[in-house]
Amino acid sequence: MRVLEAGEESVRPKKSPRARAEARLGWMMAGPAFLIMLSVTAYPIAQAVYESLFSYRLTEPDAREFVFLGNYATIFSDSVFWWALGVTVFVTVVTVAVELVLGFALALVMHRALKGLRGTLRTSILVPYGIITVVSAFAWYYMFDINTGYINEWFSWVPGISSDLDWFSNFGTAISVIMASEIWKTTPFIALLLLAGLAQVPDEMVEAAKVDGATWWQQMSRVVIPHMKAAIMVAVLFRALDAFRIFDNVFIMTQGQHGTEVLSMLAYKTSITRLEIGMGSALSVVLFACVLLICAVTVWGFKVDLASGTDHQDAGKEK
Amino acid sequence: MITGLVLSGCGEDDGPPVLTWYINPDDGGQAAIAQTCTEEADGEYRIQTSLLPQDAPSQREQLARRLAAGDSSLDIMSLDPPFIPEFAEPDFLAPVPDDVAEATTEDTLDGALAGAMWNDELVTVPFWANTQILWYRESVAEEAGLEMDDSVTWDEIITAAEDTDTLLGIQGIQAESATVWLNALYESQGEQILPDPTLSSDEIETALDTEAGVKAAEIMHTIGSEGLAGPGVSAMDENQSMFLFQGDDGSFMVNWPFIWTATQAAVEDGDVDQEMLDDIGWAKYPRVDEDTDAAPPLGGINLGVGAQSDHPELAWDAVECIVSPENQVEYFITNGNPPSSAQAFEDEEVEDAYPMADVIADSLDDAAPRPQTPYYSDISQIIQENYTPLSGVDPEGTPPSTDDYVKQVLRGERLL
Repeated sequence: MRVLEAGEESVRPKKSPRARAEARLGWMMAGPAFLIMLSVTAYPIAQAVYESLFSYRLTEPDAREFVFLGNYATIFSDSVFWWALGVTVFVTVVTVAVELVLGFALALVMHRALKGLRGTLRTSILVPYGIITVVSAFAWYYMFDINTGYINEWFSWVPGISSDLDWFSNFGTAISVIMASEIWKTTPFIALLLLAGLAQVPDEMVEAAKVDGATWWQQMSRVVIPHMKAAIMVAVLFRALDAFRIFDNVFIMTQGQHGTEVLSMLAYKTSITRLEIGMGSALSVVLFACVLLICAVTVWGFKVDLASGTDHQDAGKEK
Repeated sequence: MITGLVLSGCGEDDGPPVLTWYINPDDGGQAAIAQTCTEEADGEYRIQTSLLPQDAPSQREQLARRLAAGDSSLDIMSLDPPFIPEFAEPDFLAPVPDDVAEATTEDTLDGALAGAMWNDELVTVPFWANTQILWYRESVAEEAGLEMDDSVTWDEIITAAEDTDTLLGIQGIQAESATVWLNALYESQGEQILPDPTLSSDEIETALDTEAGVKAAEIMHTIGSEGLAGPGVSAMDENQSMFLFQGDDGSFMVNWPFIWTATQAAVEDGDVDQEMLDDIGWAKYPRVDEDTDAAPPLGGINLGVGAQSDHPELAWDAVECIVSPENQVEYFITNGNPPSSAQAFEDEEVEDAYPMADVIADSLDDAAPRPQTPYYSDISQIIQENYTPLSGVDPEGTPPSTDDYVKQVLRGERLL
């Protein structure tokens, strides 16, 4: 123990007894919660990994059979999986890209707005984000539904839209509505994260750039955006992870029909509807691995500091 | 003193045993019957109802999970017939005692009885039985010159709709109703989608790629591709087809008997004209082949008792009470769900409330259940995916590719 402590002390700044007591108190306060979190997440994850090695149908308990990686072999050789993965990646890329652009615009508006207006503006922009996803999915569904929707009526002057258009009967239109509802609902989240990033950009640097004759675009691309890199990456990571696990919208609007099945929907259908616990667990494990991969690529690939969510190191240097 | 404390600690034992009846959502009829039977039991047991989700597949999901986990609260269950084999095969259901079987199936209509069996054994008790009939607008049939007294064929109503420029009420949505329709078209030709339902998942095969299968696919394809069910065909479930039928373009519709009470209610609310109601006619489900009797779809609810129930004997007593012909009549009148007992159909009240009761009873005798197999849910899902949208059904290509897909999925070689 002593040797370890001595070693630590040489690297880290020496902690006062008070700081040490605080750290201990911190562990005691957070420890139980940490343990509970571990038991309610680690245990189910481990069980899913274990179950994924079996061919096991809930209503055929006697036919349970160890197949090792057989379920994974089936998954990776099946076009249904690759299609679902493709749709999921497509939805993730498109929605995150559009949300980033729209969110940045909204953040700029909020940032520049007059002080008196700022609160109202922020609240009104946040409204969609406050709505429960299932509720917003139903709202969008009923808007576009061929029997009860009003979109066909209102926009019948747009070429291609008529009262006969059934939005949810083919892939292109259905996935567009799903993505639009996703974008509508979560753009405020990105906008808010980016607003926090914008607030970190020192005003004097922007002013200096202005004095030097930089155009608006140059100010954005050379000064503002580089300073916001960390905030942008955090926003992208959070949204990408969320978008990749998209479920509610698809479940409500199409139930995965007409090619709109996403990965989480496939996992749900296999374990809950088909009661194929083995195959469903394998799909969940694959989904989990994909999410970890996105996390790893963003965190290590782009060196985002998740703990601060801002350009922490640079800010420190400036001081 | 101590004994007193222990006794008072078991307060739940005070009343009679409570039986939980898992019911599908209805208009309160099952809760009322539970009340009646509790009173009749005279303190022997008490029935409380517990509501299952709205649609049949979700009801199956919940029941399957509870049964697999050995939930002892599943005393009585309202079961949709297609899912019965899946629960019966792993012995999730308590066996029906002989005396109960005898007492409750004396006069059960043939179709309803077929849906209560698995492996030639009665595993549930029919409570009410549903079937589809052909509803039509008398004015349209007249205009088309169609004689509705005989059983008409699908080809005839398709031609009639084309000639009169009206729309057919069918169920084109990707849902259970697609399998209901395909199975009826199939069975109406005297053939079965699943020739041998008792095979294991490694051997089971569907026989969609047959002459009957091609003919069935042709009917679905024609209606879909020629727009005979209107532009909203892909979203058309039983309710939507009723709205279409009630509208100006309505002509012929295959649908369940709830149409009658629902349309009457719509007239009372002023949503539909009395003239429309007066214009409604009914006949047996359309034939595919004019010389072969139609086999209308079979629906309804059967009652089963959970194998892990703490009070199986009381539960069977309660089931006997629930399915009594009087309760079935009451349930039909108040909730619109037809009886499974022939005797109940002879009740005067039934004839007054449902002028088409004899057609319904007749249909229930001929009705054919959907493929009875523990893998029904998967097979139905595959059929739904392959036979919708209707316009995409290829009479030559869809049946063989569906057969292949079923085979691969059930053998665990493909995802669904």
